[in-house]
Amino acid sequence: MFHRESGVFKTSYAADMALYPLPIAKWTVAVLALLFVVIIPLTVHEYYLSILNLIFIAIVGALGLNILVGYTGQISLGHGAFMSVGAYTAANLAVKLGLPFWLTLPAGGLMAAAIGVVVGMPSLRIKGLYLAIATLAGQLIIEWTINRVPAISGGASASIQVDRPSLFGFSFNTQGSLYFFLLFFAVLAIVATLNLVRSRIGRAFIAVRDQDIAAEIIGIDIYRYKLLAFAISSFYAGVCGVLYTYYFGIANYEQFQLIVSIDYLAIIIIGGLGSVLGSIFGAVFVTLLPIVLRIVMENVGSLFFTTSEVANVISGLKLAVFGALIIFFLIVEPEGLNRLWRNIRSYFRVWPFSY
Amino acid sequence: MSEDLGFFFALMLNGASIGLMYALIALGFVLVYKATDAINFAQGEFVMMSGLIAAVVLGIAGMPLIAAVLATVAIMIGFSFGLERIVLRPLLGRPVVAVIMATIGLAAMLRGLAPVVFGGEPRAVSLPIGDDPIVIGPASLPPIQVVGAVVAVLFFLGFTWFFKKSRMGVAMRAVADNQQVAQAMGINVERYFALAWAMAGIVSAVGGIVWGSMLGVDVHLALVGLKVFPVVILGGLDSIGGALVGGLIIGIVENLAAGYLDPYVGGGTKDFAPYVLMIVVLMVKPYGIFGKRRIERV
Repeated sequence: MFHRESGVFKTSYAADMALYPLPIAKWTVAVLALLFVVIIPLTVHEYYLSILNLIFIAIVGALGLNILVGYTGQISLGHGAFMSVGAYTAANLAVKLGLPFWLTLPAGGLMAAAIGVVVGMPSLRIKGLYLAIATLAGQLIIEWTINRVPAISGGASASIQVDRPSLFGFSFNTQGSLYFFLLFFAVLAIVATLNLVRSRIGRAFIAVRDQDIAAEIIGIDIYRYKLLAFAISSFYAGVCGVLYTYYFGIANYEQFQLIVSIDYLAIIIIGGLGSVLGSIFGAVFVTLLPIVLRIVMENVGSLFFTTSEVANVISGLKLAVFGALIIFFLIVEPEGLNRLWRNIRSYFRVWPFSY
Repeated sequence: MSEDLGFFFALMLNGASIGLMYALIALGFVLVYKATDAINFAQGEFVMMSGLIAAVVLGIAGMPLIAAVLATVAIMIGFSFGLERIVLRPLLGRPVVAVIMATIGLAAMLRGLAPVVFGGEPRAVSLPIGDDPIVIGPASLPPIQVVGAVVAVLFFLGFTWFFKKSRMGVAMRAVADNQQVAQAMGINVERYFALAWAMAGIVSAVGGIVWGSMLGVDVHLALVGLKVFPVVILGGLDSIGGALVGGLIIGIVENLAAGYLDPYVGGGTKDFAPYVLMIVVLMVKPYGIFGKRRIERV
């Protein structure tokens, strides 16, 4: 990631697909691990840990959506709803049956995957615009169902309180301990995605994205892989929803409305479609943006608006800036922050002797 | 007429008039898709914006209605022109997902900016048509629905004439059919792209005034745009008649569902039934009733 290689010396496909492209990459990973496991939790204030926690959750969701949109070339406006499926499944299991998180988490993911496959079913016949609209309908129908069926939503306000996760009697109930809980799942999601996209399945996804009819001709069962992409992607979304539920201690459908689907699309477009690193960049960027906006508005906004208006203005402005950024990146830099990062790297690769 | 039949008739008539109003908004979507192959996910936000502009313009003291309508239409035309130039033209030739995302981004932007610029409180668009319901048999319709339905029908007649008879309309159909051939025949394709967006602007402006005066204008007015999708999927994405038929069907279906199912499920069927119908149509006949089937080649 941070190293500079002097050239490409790979002689086999296996070397080209290796998880660590160079021996030095292992050192990079080791340094990052040291930084995130030891140094940051010991030195950083709890408030900043809470921001990092949100980023970790967003990374899981963004990776899932990127598998579907970036790698397989399908589109989903229903990921907010898939998250809510995971969240409510886990919350119900945890509250009604008293199951621990290591059972509710995969259960939430699997349930979301099952629903995701159903919503993705139309992708067998339709694509592009039609798929976008079909998944939009999926989002609205799931939202409506959760909101209207008390057996799922747990009553009038459609929210379920959940205890913080605990393992062997240790409860993750502070930002510091939740940090390790969420870091574990974020790293798991990153490694799983890195391995997925260099496997047979991942390459089939990319073939389907690049030209699905041609992929079918060379023997890829596109229906199977499209549905698989939906299943894997919504599994991630479901896990992301469960993590949100445990993090906030409550499952509430308002956290998973259509706007969340759009937020996550913004994350992967801004970060970079079809890239693991891009998903991470996007998650960091989009999580920090409202915080920065809030700080700016709290200091500058009082010049234009009264204090009571500022809160409204911030939420509106956040949405507007997201929208503007989506458009900006689509027009100016379709490959997102990941491309900018690569440009910087390739500039420094030969620096200071660029000619 | 028995009580049940009267209830049914009332639901049908109410649904039909709402459906025509849906069709009016859907028309903006279809016009753009037909001519430029671009997908406008921000149609509802266009309607919201026109409603806000109309509310502001009508609020100016002594402004006659006709001047306010014309001002709204003019602003929306300008806005659509600018949008086509700045956002959509750079995306020409890019994958369809990019255009979808860009208009979703635009929708988010408009929805976020509206409360910042115009304030969060709902505004009223008051048209001088009174509030007394118009009674037709057992049904009674709010006058604004009747006005909306009539306006929608007038627009459909107008656009049908435009596409069938006028020189520009024929050129536009040529552009929709095959851009390269149209260009070779001496049609300025870019100009017709801009024209299509301008027409969508006009339709949105009128839709915004009608819907705004029915529901009041705030951010939630944009949710009307979500009903556009069932309408256009049902009717066929590139068919103007399809938007009309689709609008009627969706309006009637959602009203019947609300009338007969709401007592059992506790309300909200209106926001649910159209999407179920749409999913069924997508599974069975994805190109809609009048849509053109596309053949894909590698």
